[in-house]
Amino acid sequence: MSAIHKVWKLGADIDTDQLAPGAYMKLGIHDIAKHCLEGVRPEFAAQVKVGDVLAAGPNFGIGSSREQAADALVKLGVKAVIAPSYGGLYFRNAFNLGLLLLTCKQASSLEEGEAISLDLKQWAVVRTNGQRLACDPIPDFLLAMVEAGGLLPQLKQRLQSERDSS
Amino acid sequence: MLEELGAQIWDKSRVVLIMDHYVPEQDDDSRRIVRIAREWAVEQKLPHVYDSQGICHVVLPQKGHLKPGMFCVGGDSHSPTGGALGTYMFGVGSTEMLGVVVTGQIWVRVPQTYLMRWHHRLQTGVTAKDMMLHMIGKFGMNGGEYQAVEFGGEAVQALSMQERMTMSNMSAEMGSQVGLIAPDEVTRAWLATTGAQDVHVEGWHTDEGADAVIHDFDAATLVPQVAAPHSPANTRAVGEFQNTPIQVAYIGACTGAKLDDLRAAAQVLKGHQLPSGVRLMVAPASLHDQAQAESEGVMQSLREAGAEVLPTSCGACSGYGGSIPDGANVIATTARNFKGRMGSATAQVYLASPYTVAASAIRGFITDPREVLA
Repeated sequence: MSAIHKVWKLGADIDTDQLAPGAYMKLGIHDIAKHCLEGVRPEFAAQVKVGDVLAAGPNFGIGSSREQAADALVKLGVKAVIAPSYGGLYFRNAFNLGLLLLTCKQASSLEEGEAISLDLKQWAVVRTNGQRLACDPIPDFLLAMVEAGGLLPQLKQRLQSERDSS
Repeated sequence: MLEELGAQIWDKSRVVLIMDHYVPEQDDDSRRIVRIAREWAVEQKLPHVYDSQGICHVVLPQKGHLKPGMFCVGGDSHSPTGGALGTYMFGVGSTEMLGVVVTGQIWVRVPQTYLMRWHHRLQTGVTAKDMMLHMIGKFGMNGGEYQAVEFGGEAVQALSMQERMTMSNMSAEMGSQVGLIAPDEVTRAWLATTGAQDVHVEGWHTDEGADAVIHDFDAATLVPQVAAPHSPANTRAVGEFQNTPIQVAYIGACTGAKLDDLRAAAQVLKGHQLPSGVRLMVAPASLHDQAQAESEGVMQSLREAGAEVLPTSCGACSGYGGSIPDGANVIATTARNFKGRMGSATAQVYLASPYTVAASAIRGFITDPREVLA
């Protein structure tokens, strides 16, 4: 039985300035996270729970390369983002920081507050009524990076094992 | 982080460090951020460090670090600027950059090619910026789908190197991974001025009949473009904005304050005076460009018209500095007009070419620069 996640619904074109507003960029990530999405969902940062997921419209994370836009969601405990498409830089940053992004054409059919589970073997979002929304498969090496907690923990493991074997 | 990883820099000769976003330091936080970078540069004995010399996307090629056929990453979303030289260059976040600094490796999905062919020549007063705003308006901010965009055709080949940089720079706003322009004689001649060694421009072009999605445009009929708040994709012809009043004009950023941009602005401003109630701020993109503009009398033309010259850095474009007043209508040569980006959530920011920004500054409302240049 996979974990149940609560859906936060968002619109299209959620850009990096909405996820990590420029005015707070000099602060640490925990302070930036407090302002995450405050322009569109002022209650989000205070009310989001560990394990929640975001269901967004197309072009999630477009804009700048600031990875705080992905890290803020990680620090708030967001399990995954489900959207039809992503900004390319955001897609890279998210996996590098251990945030799972699922590309799902039908993301907009998910509803605010509904409970879903994720099938990462058959690549689907599963609703309580059993309906399955297909997601694009994620290559093994990227999934492994998310599962390791991101690029840094993975790199650490790799460098350590190289030292151990030399 | 290197210490925590127990790692070394993979190859110091291939690392270039540029301080541009938080300079000049205006508060304790930016002083701390820049100090960390400076101390790290000294501690690591990095051979290529440019501190407060200008914006990285302009300084990096000007110092001869980019060449056709190179594969590079930069720690900023406008890194595709390098595509103007035929360098496959894109932006990455700081974590991924650390991975590259340690391993010299990164993953890339082989991209689809989107070829944007611009036929014929641009009219006087119409620029690479207008071409980009037009394409971003047409395809949207993620229209590039993180694929490889190539700009070609007669109008692109006729562009100066810095105008090409403006195109490649704004391929970021189109959501492409890179914005490439095939290197040619213009590239070779420009690189010769930078001291770059061992430059080969031959062979770095898309094969005839290669698998590509092709879009054709007519440069001759393109008119100056303006992107309205709050998206670079919210673009229409300048004529649709006439009588829109502006209080602030900003000529800055890697996108819009290079030498060629300053020259274009000066061409419009020379002999004119700003009307009362309009501020024109100019933040040159690099010290090199500013010095050249000074020697050509370009900076003097700008100052005589009433422009305030700000330090060369990312400044107000990135919302890290500058003073855009609340509620103001702003017209800027920058790449992005997201709500609040320039520091005020109530400012209305319009994007346009240096010609259009300068013409709008001297009239006090959004103006087709061809009226002033005529």
